[in-house]
Amino acid sequence: MSVYIRLFWEFFKTGLFAIGGGMATLPFLQDIGSKTGWYTYTDLMNMLAVSESTPGPIGINMATYVGFTVGGIPGAVISTLGEITPSIIVILIVAAMLKKFRDSKLVNSAFYGLRPASTGLIGAACVAVVLEVLTNISVQSPEGSLFNIFAMEGQSGLLRWPGLLLAVVLFIFTNYVKPTKKLHPIVFIAVSAVVGVAAGYFGIL
Amino acid sequence: MSEKKVSLWSLFLTFAKMGVMTFGGGYAMLPILQREVVENKHWASEEEIMDYFAIGQCTPGIIAVNTATFIGQKKRGAAGGIASTLGVVFPSLIIISILAGLITNFSHLKLVQDAFAGIQVCVCVLIFNAVMKLLKKSVVDKWTAGIFVLVLAGGIFLDISPVWFVVIAAVAGIILKNLEVKGK
Repeated sequence: MSVYIRLFWEFFKTGLFAIGGGMATLPFLQDIGSKTGWYTYTDLMNMLAVSESTPGPIGINMATYVGFTVGGIPGAVISTLGEITPSIIVILIVAAMLKKFRDSKLVNSAFYGLRPASTGLIGAACVAVVLEVLTNISVQSPEGSLFNIFAMEGQSGLLRWPGLLLAVVLFIFTNYVKPTKKLHPIVFIAVSAVVGVAAGYFGIL
Repeated sequence: MSEKKVSLWSLFLTFAKMGVMTFGGGYAMLPILQREVVENKHWASEEEIMDYFAIGQCTPGIIAVNTATFIGQKKRGAAGGIASTLGVVFPSLIIISILAGLITNFSHLKLVQDAFAGIQVCVCVLIFNAVMKLLKKSVVDKWTAGIFVLVLAGGIFLDISPVWFVVIAAVAGIILKNLEVKGK
C-alpha cells in the first residue's frame, strides 16, 4: 500500500515543480529513480523513447509508464493522477484571477528565473543520460550525485564509439538537413531501433 | 458568447480524442486544439486558446493537461476542468499500460535489447535538441545565462532534489527583476 502513497506523493511533487512541459519532468523522474531504486537511468531512457513514440502528452506517458513499472496498472493510474492533481488545482486558481495572473509583476519575474533553471535541470539530465549511454562512465549508483560516482565500468576505453557516431549522425539529420529536420521524432526513433538491431546482428554496438 | 451547456461526458470524450491524436506532447497539441475546440465545438475563441496555451506553458505541470483544465473549467467550472483533464490522460493510461506490459514480456529478447540500445542513442540526441531549443527561449541575458549555468552545474554535481533549484530560481528571478527596476 505504502508504495502507492509514495508514488502519488513523488508524482504530485513532479507535477507541481516541473515547469515547461513533459521534458521538464525528466530530472524529477531521474531523482525519483535514484532515490528509490525503482528503476535505472537506462529503464527511464527506454520509457522516454516509448513515450515519444506513442499518442498522448509525453509527460503523461512517462508518468504512466513509470507508475506501471513500479506498481502495475494501479501504479500507472496513481502516478498519472498524482502528476495532474497540482495542475488542476493551480489552473483552477489561475483561471479565477486570469487577468491578475497575466499582468502580475511577481509572477513574471519569478518566471524570469524559473525558465533558465528548468532548462538547466533538463541540461543536467541530458548530461547524465549522455554519460550513461555514450560513454563507459557509470552514473548508476544507489545514492550520491554524479560527482562521487564517476566510476569506470570494466570496459575498454572511455567512449562508446558506435553509439557516439550514431548520435552525431542523428544530430546532423535532426538539426541541419532540410528535408529530415522537420520529421517527427518517431521517425528517428524507428531508424535508430533498426540501426541497433543491425549493429547487434553484426556485433558492433 | 453562446452559453449552451456542455456535458461533462462530452468534455471528457473530446479531450480523450485529442489525447489520441496528439503525438509528442504539448506543442504538437496546439493545432489539434485549434481545430477541435475553436472550429468544431466553438468552446473558445482563437485568442482564448492562445492565452490558455501561453499560461499552460508557464504554470507547473504538463502543458496539454493545463490547457485542458483551462478549457474545461471555462465551460463547466471545476468539474469541467477535471473531466477534460481525465479525458486527455485517459488514452495514455490505456496505451502505455498495454505497451509497458508487452515490452516487459519481451525485454529479454536480444532483438528488443538491440533495438533499445539504438533507441537510447536517439533519445540522447532528442533531449539534447530539446535543451538547445529551450536555451534560445529561456536564456535572454547575462542573468538568465548565469542561472542556467549554475543550475546545470548544481544538477550534475549536487545530490539534492530538483525542487530546491526551482524554488531558489523563482526567488532569484524576483530579486533580480526588482534590482533591475531599482537600477533604472
